[in-house]
Amino acid sequence: MSEIRTVGVCGAGTMGSGIAIVAARAGYRVVLYDTHEESLERARRQTEGFFGKSVERGKLTREQADAALAASSSTSFLADLAECDIVIEAVFENLEVKRALFGQLDEICPDRTIFASNTSTLSITEIASGCGREDRVVGMHFCLPAQLMKLVEMSPGLNTSEDTFKAAWAFCEAMGQRPVKTKDTPGFVLNYFLVPFNNDVIRLIEAGVAEPADVDRAIKAGLGYKMGPCELLDLIGLDTQVLLCEAFYGVTHDPRCAAPPLLKRMVAAGHLGRKSGRGFFTYDRDAMYGG
Amino acid sequence: MVRYVIVDTGASRSFPGPHPFLERASADGTVTVLLGAGAVAAYRPDPSKAAILVELGTECLGEATGENAGLEGSNTVGFARFRLGDGDPSDLVELVRQPATDPASVEVARAILEEAGLQVSVCSDFAGRILDRLIRPYYNEALTRLDEGLASAADMDLTVKLGLGYPEGPIELLERTGLHHHHDVTKALFETYGTRHYAPARRAVVAKRRAEREAGE
Repeated sequence: MSEIRTVGVCGAGTMGSGIAIVAARAGYRVVLYDTHEESLERARRQTEGFFGKSVERGKLTREQADAALAASSSTSFLADLAECDIVIEAVFENLEVKRALFGQLDEICPDRTIFASNTSTLSITEIASGCGREDRVVGMHFCLPAQLMKLVEMSPGLNTSEDTFKAAWAFCEAMGQRPVKTKDTPGFVLNYFLVPFNNDVIRLIEAGVAEPADVDRAIKAGLGYKMGPCELLDLIGLDTQVLLCEAFYGVTHDPRCAAPPLLKRMVAAGHLGRKSGRGFFTYDRDAMYGG
Repeated sequence: MVRYVIVDTGASRSFPGPHPFLERASADGTVTVLLGAGAVAAYRPDPSKAAILVELGTECLGEATGENAGLEGSNTVGFARFRLGDGDPSDLVELVRQPATDPASVEVARAILEEAGLQVSVCSDFAGRILDRLIRPYYNEALTRLDEGLASAADMDLTVKLGLGYPEGPIELLERTGLHHHHDVTKALFETYGTRHYAPARRAVVAKRRAEREAGE
């Protein structure tokens, strides 16, 4: 495996933007791809804001922040990922969309390029299937907010080569992340717990047991969690939670993983969380979490 | 400041040791706090009080006050300071109201608890209230996943701590606070809700049986 210098990230949503920051901060050249120019523009704005706050808080020097920003570019043309040594996809949780993306990338990227999927629920083996380089596809699931959380769940598919997995693992460590090896099973470890837990929270609210603020206060004060589940759901995006549910329920058929009716109603009403300014709570700014 | 009287009904899970809430109690007052394991049994209605607080274990408040086709509610609220097994009580108090509970009584109860440095979450009168209802299925799944060998206890705990920022992983937390206590809470929830996610996990059942045998029961 050749050395990784240039990193492609597909999807300029919350997760993709965060992953791009992690890679740029570690000194890699980063190309962020999205089909929507407005998403790229928002990601650029948030990335600048994040690095600015990192300098204010003394976590980066101005020079380091400027270098990371200079190494970051964005594009709405997939062909611009042609020189990447690794491409991490962070598009929405849909098997066919991810498979199609990797199929297109296989035609664009050189043989050396590793494809990594940030999927949190889907099978790495199924995503890789038919892409033309099944041995060079690996699961690389970052945690929200990616720019702050160190953990990466790394999963080999059935056809992933040992060299690919080792190279991706080393790249992950080089970015300052903490990889943990998990099996290619639904939800790996985190979402196996988190998706149904968050659904239980939504059902509890829907049943009138408690208000979102009371639930979050209970979780934080009672268990010492840094973030309440409603706050976290707003950060994840309620539409993303629906997609997670659909993907996860489709594989597990666990009733706790099915999207609760309240979640569907909130998404239908445009209450998507932080990204739309309203979810379980209301927001008046779109700055990226942390810094 | 609202004056309140504490009536001791036995060992309290919420306040097993000294606490400002206990120290601030008076010999008389407009609020009565029934504290301890016998609180539900000791409850008697008293409309003259601004509020009556009844300490709850796994019971619903309705077991003390009675229920009335969804119209129940009075000046009485339930409460429990959240605590996992043998662990120390947290600063979180779940304050339980019924559909027609007087909002003024809820606010009086909230005020005296917050004045003692506690945080209050208000919830309706359901078994498990907020926290046990949410976290017990998660703990059960963790124990089951450990049994199935899908991840080691250490990896599972580490992943949850790093990935979700939780202060403690599920396995180490249950081991520290007593798996047999997890059995008792989930058994009570399972009896109420009847869904498999509340059924005590195998490891909790084993721990409970061992605890009983060691206690000579």
